[in-house]
Amino acid sequence: MDLSILWYLVPSVIMFACGVFGFITRKNMIAMLISLELILNSADLNFVIFNRFLFPGSMDGMIFTLFAIAIAAAETAIAIAIIINIYRAVGNTDISGVNKLKF
Amino acid sequence: MLFGNILIWFVIIPVIMLAGLGLCRNSSMNAIRSVMVVGSTALLGLAIWLCCDFLRLREMGVDDEMLFTGSWMWYAPLNIHLAVGVDGISVLMLMLSAIIVFAGTFASWKINPLPKNFFLWFCLLSTGVFGFFISIDIFTMFMFYEVALIPMYLLIGVWGTGRKEYSAMKLTLMLMGGSAFLMLGLLGIHWLSPEVDGAHTWNLLEIAKLGVDESWQRMLFVFTFVGFGVLGAMFPFHTWSPDGHACAPTAVSMLHAGVLMKLGGYGCFRISIYLLPQAANELAWIFIILTGISIVYGAFSACVQTDLKYINAYSSVSHCGMVLFALLMLNQTAMTGGILQMLSHGLMTALFFALIGMIYGRTHTRDIRQMGGLMRIMPYLGVCYMIAGFASLGLPGLSGFVAEMTIFFGSFQDADTFHRIFVICATCSIVITAVYILRVVGKLLLGPVYDDHHLSLTDATWFERLSTVTLILCIAGIGCFPNWINETIQASFSPIIAAIQNTGILAAI
Amino acid sequence: MGSTLPILILAIPLFMFLLLGLGGVKMPRKVCGVLGILGMGTTMTLAYIVALSYFFCPEFTVDGVRQQVMVFDQTWLSFTDTLVVNLGFLLDPICAMMLMVITTISFMVHLYSWGYMEHEDGFQRYYAFLSLFSFSMLGLVVATNIFQMYIFWELVGVSSYLLIGFFYKLPSAVSASKKAFIVTRFADLGFLIGILILSFYTDTFNFVEMTSNPGQVLAECGGATFMGASVLTWAMVLIFTGGMGKSAMMPLHIWLPDAMEGPTPVSALIHAATMVVAGVYLVARMFPVYCIAEGSMTFITVVGAITAFYAAVVACAQIDIKRVLAFSTISQIAFMMVSLGVATDSPYIKGEFYGGLGYMASMFHLFTHAMFKALLFLGAGALIHAVHSNDYTKMGGLRKYMPITHWTFLIGCLAIAGIWPFSGFFSKDEMLAAMFESHWFWGAWMTMVAGLTAFYMFRLYYLIFWWEENPEYKHHTPHDSPWQMSLPLIILAAVSCVAGFIPFGEFVTWNRMPYHIHIELPVAATSLTVAVLAIALATVMYRKKNPLPERMRNLFPALWTAAHRRFYWDEIYQFITHKIIFGIICKSIAWFDRHVIDATMDGFAKITNCASSAIKGFQSGNVQAYVAWYFIGAVLLAGITWLCFI
Repeated sequence: MDLSILWYLVPSVIMFACGVFGFITRKNMIAMLISLELILNSADLNFVIFNRFLFPGSMDGMIFTLFAIAIAAAETAIAIAIIINIYRAVGNTDISGVNKLKF
Repeated sequence: MLFGNILIWFVIIPVIMLAGLGLCRNSSMNAIRSVMVVGSTALLGLAIWLCCDFLRLREMGVDDEMLFTGSWMWYAPLNIHLAVGVDGISVLMLMLSAIIVFAGTFASWKINPLPKNFFLWFCLLSTGVFGFFISIDIFTMFMFYEVALIPMYLLIGVWGTGRKEYSAMKLTLMLMGGSAFLMLGLLGIHWLSPEVDGAHTWNLLEIAKLGVDESWQRMLFVFTFVGFGVLGAMFPFHTWSPDGHACAPTAVSMLHAGVLMKLGGYGCFRISIYLLPQAANELAWIFIILTGISIVYGAFSACVQTDLKYINAYSSVSHCGMVLFALLMLNQTAMTGGILQMLSHGLMTALFFALIGMIYGRTHTRDIRQMGGLMRIMPYLGVCYMIAGFASLGLPGLSGFVAEMTIFFGSFQDADTFHRIFVICATCSIVITAVYILRVVGKLLLGPVYDDHHLSLTDATWFERLSTVTLILCIAGIGCFPNWINETIQASFSPIIAAIQNTGILAAI
Repeated sequence: MGSTLPILILAIPLFMFLLLGLGGVKMPRKVCGVLGILGMGTTMTLAYIVALSYFFCPEFTVDGVRQQVMVFDQTWLSFTDTLVVNLGFLLDPICAMMLMVITTISFMVHLYSWGYMEHEDGFQRYYAFLSLFSFSMLGLVVATNIFQMYIFWELVGVSSYLLIGFFYKLPSAVSASKKAFIVTRFADLGFLIGILILSFYTDTFNFVEMTSNPGQVLAECGGATFMGASVLTWAMVLIFTGGMGKSAMMPLHIWLPDAMEGPTPVSALIHAATMVVAGVYLVARMFPVYCIAEGSMTFITVVGAITAFYAAVVACAQIDIKRVLAFSTISQIAFMMVSLGVATDSPYIKGEFYGGLGYMASMFHLFTHAMFKALLFLGAGALIHAVHSNDYTKMGGLRKYMPITHWTFLIGCLAIAGIWPFSGFFSKDEMLAAMFESHWFWGAWMTMVAGLTAFYMFRLYYLIFWWEENPEYKHHTPHDSPWQMSLPLIILAAVSCVAGFIPFGEFVTWNRMPYHIHIELPVAATSLTVAVLAIALATVMYRKKNPLPERMRNLFPALWTAAHRRFYWDEIYQFITHKIIFGIICKSIAWFDRHVIDATMDGFAKITNCASSAIKGFQSGNVQAYVAWYFIGAVLLAGITWLCFI
């Protein structure tokens, strides 16, 4: 059976929505980071899906996804580093505890 | 070519002083002082030389409106030039500024803390002031005006006394607000004047010749007049003045009241009245009301103040109101009086603030209720304060009298009831001035000594004497021999009066 | 006559002022005193040479009319092409007369002060100020134009301020000097506005131009009116206001009694003989114009008459001897004013009454009064010097201890009371004659004032020199003053004895033509009788200690208190200035400035601040909130796009 594009897109959207929901509601920075990863992954998924369905002859979307994964990995590393530093300074990883730099 | 023009040196010398100060070490007071003394003496010398040269040229019959003119392209896309030139009024204003910078240097001989930085900003301020008076390109004029305003914030905020941050902020914001209006007005004048060689000009001589679009003049007049009026402490935009002056350090008060407030008056006639004569004719009455209020209101307010600097600041509101009042009368005698009043007020307020600074430096209070009988303790300063007071209340033989009388007699030439009423109100200020001056003199200098701790205070030092003597000599000089200054100013007003009268005739047709 | 001597008359006192003012501190007292006296002596000599040669050299008289000589006239400041302020030297009869009066009195005072002020601090400063005053006063009388007069008018005001406040450590002296300056300054405001109006119409300041052709002045005013009176009248009355201030006419008289806080020689010079008659001099200077300004002369007469009576009544109830003399000065100056006010500008015609008599008499009285009032003040100074008090209650029976002072003071009293042959008799007789001729009422009224004058002067005389000896003399015996002080008294007393015989009318009249003085017998007899009666009354009441004065006082206690408190003028002024002007106007304006104007400006800042803090919550720093806002925004945008385009 030939699966339509929707079969791929709907999980991606669900994943995206979960990511956004998690990012907005979670207080723990690690959890927020995980949610962020979900969002990114859903975006990556979309690249792949659209590449497969719209431009089956080219590989642009695939390559871009690889880039994105690589950069996301780097970014996660930095984020984790920051979070660890914050943990050392503040004692927890609660996002509401780090608001001293606002205004 | 650029450096061949004498006027440019009025900006270059302060810049050199800036550089010189930059080279000094922060702790070497002597080096800083020598840079300042050499620089300010050079400026004073230059101003005197310019004055003599100017008078010599006029004597020879050179009757151009502006002398020593020069113009160099600065920013071609917007047609902005560095254009300079002076007439008799600017020469006198430069002279005044140089005298006050000179006296101010000596008045802040022992400034503390950060003397180097203080003088750096002080020099920057004077650069702006001198630049303003030599410019005839309205954009560069505005630029120098802003250069003069900004250092004020730091000078008051860092070296001031009392609620200095509040006052510095208030002063800067109010003057900047004025600048916003001014910028609008100047842009309007620029764009609404006819083109020369395919481009709009910023040069005020050319604009004056061509005239600004009449339908817009009224709006531009209000914008520019209010813009400069804020600096000239016009009611109801004067409230920065009492707070600002009260908190500023001595030399800054001197320079600010002595010169910076004159920028306002100078701008009012050089730009608002000269470039927009038609609107000036039509709308002068509004501002005559406001300045008339300033005169009486400032004087009455000064009567009940207890802080020496507040008294002086309110008296400045009254006296500067007189300057604008006279300029708005739009006749040669009154306007001449206005300029004389600028000079006279500049010198005597500078003297006042210098003396207040010196007294404050000794007694550590400016509240007249906590001082008394100082004449016995520091006779030199007491006598100087009295002379300044007499100049302020218009004693013949000192500059205030000449200025006020010229204003009154000039203003009285407008024969309608409206003008008459306001002139008579303005004359009343001479009595009120006498009241508050004598009140201060009586409480501060005469009578029994209030505080026994004051008995051990010392009289003026040599640098303080030098500072005050310079100012007193100028005040007495103008007061005793006013005619040459008077004639110089009157001659310089001819083109402006001609512009106003032309529009009057056009209106009549 | 060249212009060297006249210039020197002005230049020497000015130079002395600068010399003593700037270098005095470094000089020993003796040097300062000698320099001051020598300077003034030279000035006096020069002034006499100039004045006498003016009066007696035939070159100054053309067809029997003394000429007004413009010795020099330099441009000082030009307001417009036509309205130019000159500084110059106008020599004419009243000016020459004033030159003599001022320099004489000033010299006497310089000499006298050497003794009087010997032990005071600031001796050098005192001489500097005296020189400044002499310079200003001389500049005032020689003024060629009304503006020059105004300039020096202000300068005498300030010298008076400085000298009244000479003992600046005393709060009373400080407030008296302040009061004197501000009251006269207020009057000068009127003067200034008057000059503004007058010069606007006539386009000149020059006295000669205005007075030689007053008709033209009137024509130039062109019948313009303001509130029912012609502008010329307004101008002249306003100018007279200045004179009212300086000459202490009601209601601007309040400063003069307080001015007695200054050193006594200063009171003699400034507040008795010279500066206070500046108002009279001003009216005399502008006399032809006053005559033509309808109503202004009546105004002067009425003001003068009221003041004369008021001051005489108050003088009867003062305790401080200098205050008595001060009120007597006010009263006598008012006498001169009335006399000027009743004068007219009619020329002298044989057989008819001479309208200008009042003018001549007023100037004559100015002259004689200056001499005898200076004498009285200097005498009072000698008394104060001896007893160290201003109160007559601390004196009494002094005639034995201070014979020179006693006799000279008596001569002064006789002169001011108008007893033949002392100088006051002659001038007062001429004044009363002029008043009777104008209207019997003025004559009768002023005769009454003359009687009061005789009464209070002799009351003072008896209370000081007779009455009852102060027991304290046993501890501290009063004695006559040193020669520096006695010599001026003797000279002035001698002058007061003989000055009446000067044929004054030959020298000074309004149109500068000679007039032959003759005693008006009926008037003279009346006034002499009244004066003698008043003196007799004073003798009965005050010669020996008796309860009569006490009984009289108890008869009208309210009147006595009111007169003693000067009819509450000071309290009224105190109320107006302190309560109304200071308390209500100034305070409320200052309040308005801080709480309305400044608050508005601060309000702008506050509004900006509030708006900023209201919206700054968006910038929470909370990434989740940003995301939420972002997400909501994105959804909304998507929705809008959906609705609009699809």
